[in-house]
Amino acid sequence: MDWNLIGIWIAAFLTLSIYSVLYQDNPFYRFAEHLFVGVSVGYGIVLSIYQGLIPFAWKPFEAAVTGESFIGFIKLIPICIGLLFFARLSPRHTWLIRYPIAILIGFGSGIAIPNVLRANIFEQTRGTIEPFADIYAGTLTGWGIFEAILMVVGVVCTLTYFFFSVEHRGPVKWLSKVGIAFLMIGFGSAFGNTVMGRVALLIQRVDFLLGDWLNIIS
Amino acid sequence: MNMDRRIVFILVALAVIIPMLLSVNLPVSVSEPTQKFYDYVEALPAGSTIMIAFDYGPSSLAELNPMAKALLKQCFDKDIRVIGITLAVDAPTLISALIQEVAAEKEAVEGEDYVFLGYRPGEVQVILGIGTDIASVYDTDYNGTAISEIPMMQNITNYDQIDLLVDFASSDTIESWIIYANVQYNQKIAAGVTGVIIAQMFPYLQTGQLVGLLSGILGAAEYENLVGAPAKGMQWINVESFVHLLIVVLVIVGNITYFIHRSREE
Amino acid sequence: MKRQVPLALCFVFGIAMIFTRFSPHSVSQWIYEEVISWVLIIGPFALVLATVTLIQTHTTRIRRRTEHWQYSLVVFAGLTIMVVIGIRFGPQDSIFEWLYNNVQLPMDATMFSLLAFFIASAAYRAFRARTFEASLLLLTAVVVMMGNVPMGDFIWNTIMSWSPWADKVSEARQWILDNPNLSARRGIILGVSLGVISQSIRIILGIERSYLGGGD
Repeated sequence: MDWNLIGIWIAAFLTLSIYSVLYQDNPFYRFAEHLFVGVSVGYGIVLSIYQGLIPFAWKPFEAAVTGESFIGFIKLIPICIGLLFFARLSPRHTWLIRYPIAILIGFGSGIAIPNVLRANIFEQTRGTIEPFADIYAGTLTGWGIFEAILMVVGVVCTLTYFFFSVEHRGPVKWLSKVGIAFLMIGFGSAFGNTVMGRVALLIQRVDFLLGDWLNIIS
Repeated sequence: MNMDRRIVFILVALAVIIPMLLSVNLPVSVSEPTQKFYDYVEALPAGSTIMIAFDYGPSSLAELNPMAKALLKQCFDKDIRVIGITLAVDAPTLISALIQEVAAEKEAVEGEDYVFLGYRPGEVQVILGIGTDIASVYDTDYNGTAISEIPMMQNITNYDQIDLLVDFASSDTIESWIIYANVQYNQKIAAGVTGVIIAQMFPYLQTGQLVGLLSGILGAAEYENLVGAPAKGMQWINVESFVHLLIVVLVIVGNITYFIHRSREE
Repeated sequence: MKRQVPLALCFVFGIAMIFTRFSPHSVSQWIYEEVISWVLIIGPFALVLATVTLIQTHTTRIRRRTEHWQYSLVVFAGLTIMVVIGIRFGPQDSIFEWLYNNVQLPMDATMFSLLAFFIASAAYRAFRARTFEASLLLLTAVVVMMGNVPMGDFIWNTIMSWSPWADKVSEARQWILDNPNLSARRGIILGVSLGVISQSIRIILGIERSYLGGGD
């Protein structure tokens, strides 16, 4: 039995089942949609166990209890904290999952502060004002100077639009309006690129149907 | 003008199917961010090491698989060693097959020219963990071979031995790589991203936090062009042309009918 | 125990990560590496939350016989098959990979490709140049869309063959992305990042406690 061929036919059937929703909602689509959820979560569980729990929790635990690595005993503490996620199964003890969540949230918040500050505040501010050093050095053309000024105007006006601590009237209102114009260009760019992305996904599926399944194209 | 949306759906389907059957071939010019990406990889000497984070699953393979293939071909041609990892839980089977396919074509040897370490959960902690010691995050590769037994990993312990990190991203993983690997460990980063997040990458490109950028299927086509290995990217961007043209025509028709209606109402 | 200990843990781990970032001392670096190894271990257990929530949702649907409850059985069938085969034989088993390649992958890819149809339909129905701002958005989207494909330059170069300017559509697209788009995105990044930092400080100091959930 050619399992590869069977696989292609099943994949084609499921692909067309999902596209059938474009006509109207129907049992084929609902079947594929629910199967997709089940299979995806199942895959995620298996990978999380084999590529997450086993290397990070089971192996250190095994090494500790077999005496292979006594330092592994320290790892029993985070393993036990991680196991508290299972408290979700018992309504009376659900509050215990706050412990691992608090550690993960605290870690994430603490590590974010200095790194986000540098990557997204300092570096982005540097990028905005750095072209002015080139203007001062006389290395930018007239067009380059225009672009450097445009960038500062755009960043300041966009930030002004999001600055709600003062009432938007007078000069602030006009800065904010210019900010909206920049945002619209930003969103237009995002839309144009999103179209490209989504259409590429469709082309890939049609390529599969016409090529792998129907063998019409090479 | 009211038109059943299913007519629009049929038009979109035809705009994909017909050009695909006709196999149109228009020339693709190369944009600056793609050129920068290519030049950076080209400038790496033989024996360098690139870590590629394949942070996408099946929902984005159409956009990112073609560019990933083109980069892998370039690396294997130039004798650049490749360490593959992924932060996407639904990716390992897909990525493992992708790397093996290109490696077989280029006769690259597993463990010497490339290694795929697989998936580990926890985006930020994995990125930071690699910075301290790769073996603390990946004790084995995806096949279960101990990392200490993999020849190409003998002298690689953390980012210090990695010349470039490439993230093929379909979500905010690229920002995590920039915020943690670039800021904390000065790791050079280049990105290949899906259409949805292209626009938000440009501030990072201007500051040099990204050394290059491949933009969706267009970036893939451009890279295939540069590497000299035209494949799906080149084929699909040509098909894409017709759908974009159709959407622009639909927007124009929609606006003309709107203004006609509005002037009649006034 | 129920609220104070989690708040204290959050504070200690948060402060530890900030402190270690600014201190190159060996003890500080040991703490940094140890905390990372701890969260690497704790993180994967969060899988339990997602799985339990999914199972509870669909069990409730089946028990209450809500509309289309039968499809929840399909969810469980898919999940059970993948988990049983995957855990028994491992993720590199040929049957597990076959199911991934021929069931999960095509459905995942197709599901997201549906948006291509909906975007085209929405563009026709809703993309109107009603105001100046809407016109700006529309014009930018059209230039970027055409600049993204070789057809854009092909049409331009055919129509404008008499002029000395070639490939202007893709160049215009690149200029928009490099300049006004960059400014807007940078404004958003700066705003969001300031929000992230202030929220992180509030979390570490225990002012923001929503992650603890309801109850005592």
